[in-house]
Amino acid sequence: MPGWAGRVNIDGMPDAAAVPLADPRLPRKLYRSSDGRWLGGVARGLAGHLGLPVIWVRLVFVGLFMADGLGALLYAAFWFFVPLGVGGVDAQRPPALTTETAADGRRRLVARKPDKGQIAALLLMVVVAMVFVGKVNLGGGAKAYLWPTVLVGAGVALVWRQADNARRARWVEVGRRRRTLTLLRSAAGVLLVTAGVSGIFVLQGSAAHLGSVLQAALAVLVGIALLAGPYLVRMTQDLSEERLMRIRAQERAEVAAHVHDSVLHTLTLIQRNAESANEVRRLARAQERDLRAWLYKPEGTGKDEADEPDTLAEAVRRNAAEVEDKHGVPIEVVIVGDCPLDEGLTAQMQAAREAMVNAAKYGGDGGAVQVYAEVEGRTVFVSVRDRGPGFDLDAIPGDRMGVRESIIGRMERNGGTARLRAVPDGGTEVELEMERAEKTS
Amino acid sequence: MSDAKEPSGSAEPNGGVTGADAPGRHVRVVLVDDHRMFRTGVQAEIGQTERTGVEVVGEAADVDQAITVITATRPEVVLLDVHLPGGGGVEVLRRCAPLMADAEQPVRFLALSVSDAAEDVIGVIRGGARGYVTKTITGTDLVNSVFRVQEGDAVFSPRLAGFVLDAFASTDAPPVDEDLDRLTQREREVLRLIARGYAYKEIAKQLFISVKTVESHVSAVLRKLQLSNRHELTRWATARRLV
Repeated sequence: MPGWAGRVNIDGMPDAAAVPLADPRLPRKLYRSSDGRWLGGVARGLAGHLGLPVIWVRLVFVGLFMADGLGALLYAAFWFFVPLGVGGVDAQRPPALTTETAADGRRRLVARKPDKGQIAALLLMVVVAMVFVGKVNLGGGAKAYLWPTVLVGAGVALVWRQADNARRARWVEVGRRRRTLTLLRSAAGVLLVTAGVSGIFVLQGSAAHLGSVLQAALAVLVGIALLAGPYLVRMTQDLSEERLMRIRAQERAEVAAHVHDSVLHTLTLIQRNAESANEVRRLARAQERDLRAWLYKPEGTGKDEADEPDTLAEAVRRNAAEVEDKHGVPIEVVIVGDCPLDEGLTAQMQAAREAMVNAAKYGGDGGAVQVYAEVEGRTVFVSVRDRGPGFDLDAIPGDRMGVRESIIGRMERNGGTARLRAVPDGGTEVELEMERAEKTS
Repeated sequence: MSDAKEPSGSAEPNGGVTGADAPGRHVRVVLVDDHRMFRTGVQAEIGQTERTGVEVVGEAADVDQAITVITATRPEVVLLDVHLPGGGGVEVLRRCAPLMADAEQPVRFLALSVSDAAEDVIGVIRGGARGYVTKTITGTDLVNSVFRVQEGDAVFSPRLAGFVLDAFASTDAPPVDEDLDRLTQREREVLRLIARGYAYKEIAKQLFISVKTVESHVSAVLRKLQLSNRHELTRWATARRLV
């Protein structure tokens, strides 16, 4: 299954490692392995259960098969009665940590290219079956039934495996794009079984009646389809509807959880800090930002908060958020374009942050601080403006290095420019311009 | 249109008002928002800046109500929320298209939303709204915006300007269509200043042009955004997986 290999938490042998981890009281239950299996996953499941290499179990089955087909019967019985297991999807069994690296590696390989293993298995089985057929020495009459029986067996195996796959797909919610393939496989299985059964009929000497037998069978099938059809359709519809409802409920639960966690928490804090206007504002802004990020999730913000930003937009947003949190002054950010950060831009970001801090500290009373960042061609432009009382660089004593060093100086050292100017109607604007580094690639 | 009783326009309101404060001007407004609390809040805000003469003549909480109220009252400006039960602001715009096109007394829409997601913003603008402001706007600015929209100008918030710039920014595109699809250098400059948080008046000072010129630039941008540029906008939206 494509898309299947990516889900590494699926464990082929859930009971082997998971049970002692999860709950020691649980008895070790036998599951068929859904991963890396050749046929029904019986051998792999057994191997995991018994702690044996898979190949041994498989050899044993083959050996038993030679003993008048006993292995096949046994295998079929296991297949029928033992449930398919997937670790990590079942809620009771968390993803197991498999320590068998060899088995793990092997399993992944098989999982990634499932067809190879299956084809090999089928070939092997055909060979074994032929050997078996050649070897078995039954009465002349009985031997003739063998091939039809093998056909029926193959068909049944095909359909059963299909059912297993469908079940597994439901667990992991693999998409429906493989529906045609599924249908084809089922059809092939049915065809095989039909051919086998017909073969048996033919051998019984009722070849003359084959036509009428087939007709009767067809009539019965059509009748069943007519009777059960509507019911089946209805059932599938109900099922899919139920599934949809479940997904919706899950989504709602997620929203509720988030709202509960952050919003209610913040509201409580606000109630508690009601007399401190600044704190309330800070909390509300932080919450607003968080909720927005969560609701409207722009591209690229799905990242972990912890790691360093690597694009300009991200860095600007992060800086603004941090300054906003620290100083309780709302900062409105508008970003046009985006580009990866390089050394110069990192310096520019630091300068911008300094400018934001200044704006929040000295100009925050006039309203929100506005930050604008634009990437146009090779030039990155950042403007930070406040509506405070304004600022005159010449009037600042020469020993105050904050602006000169951390904004202007920093920009110039890195080959950019910084301008401070008073905005006509009050307030200060800091403009930072920097060329992006040439691409090395 | 009912006559304005108070001849109060002489009092110069605060800074950013442009040509709006002609004496006795009166704008009838319908408020469409599904949150009653917010509607009350806006009413109160507008009430505090009474002198500028904005009168709320109707309220609606969903799309159907909005259509009914707007048709019945024929306001000059509709303050429209983007997220509404029954199809959202875009649906209201769609169903009010004939009213907007009315030559005699057009109904104009100003989107007023808490959302500043790009697809919401671009969606209502292309649906025919004359402007977009976020709900953090002050009462004064809101009143000014209403006047501006009523006069047929466009009102851009910094964020909206940012989105528009972003949409038109990719100059590496093949030279599509006519010049109509491009922003002129001046329009771009104006937008950039809006995005930087400048008021129209400040932009006028900065660029040594009149406020009227700024407004016409902004209107031109709005027109381009609505009428043309489908090509680039689609491309832009696709790149952002918005469509």
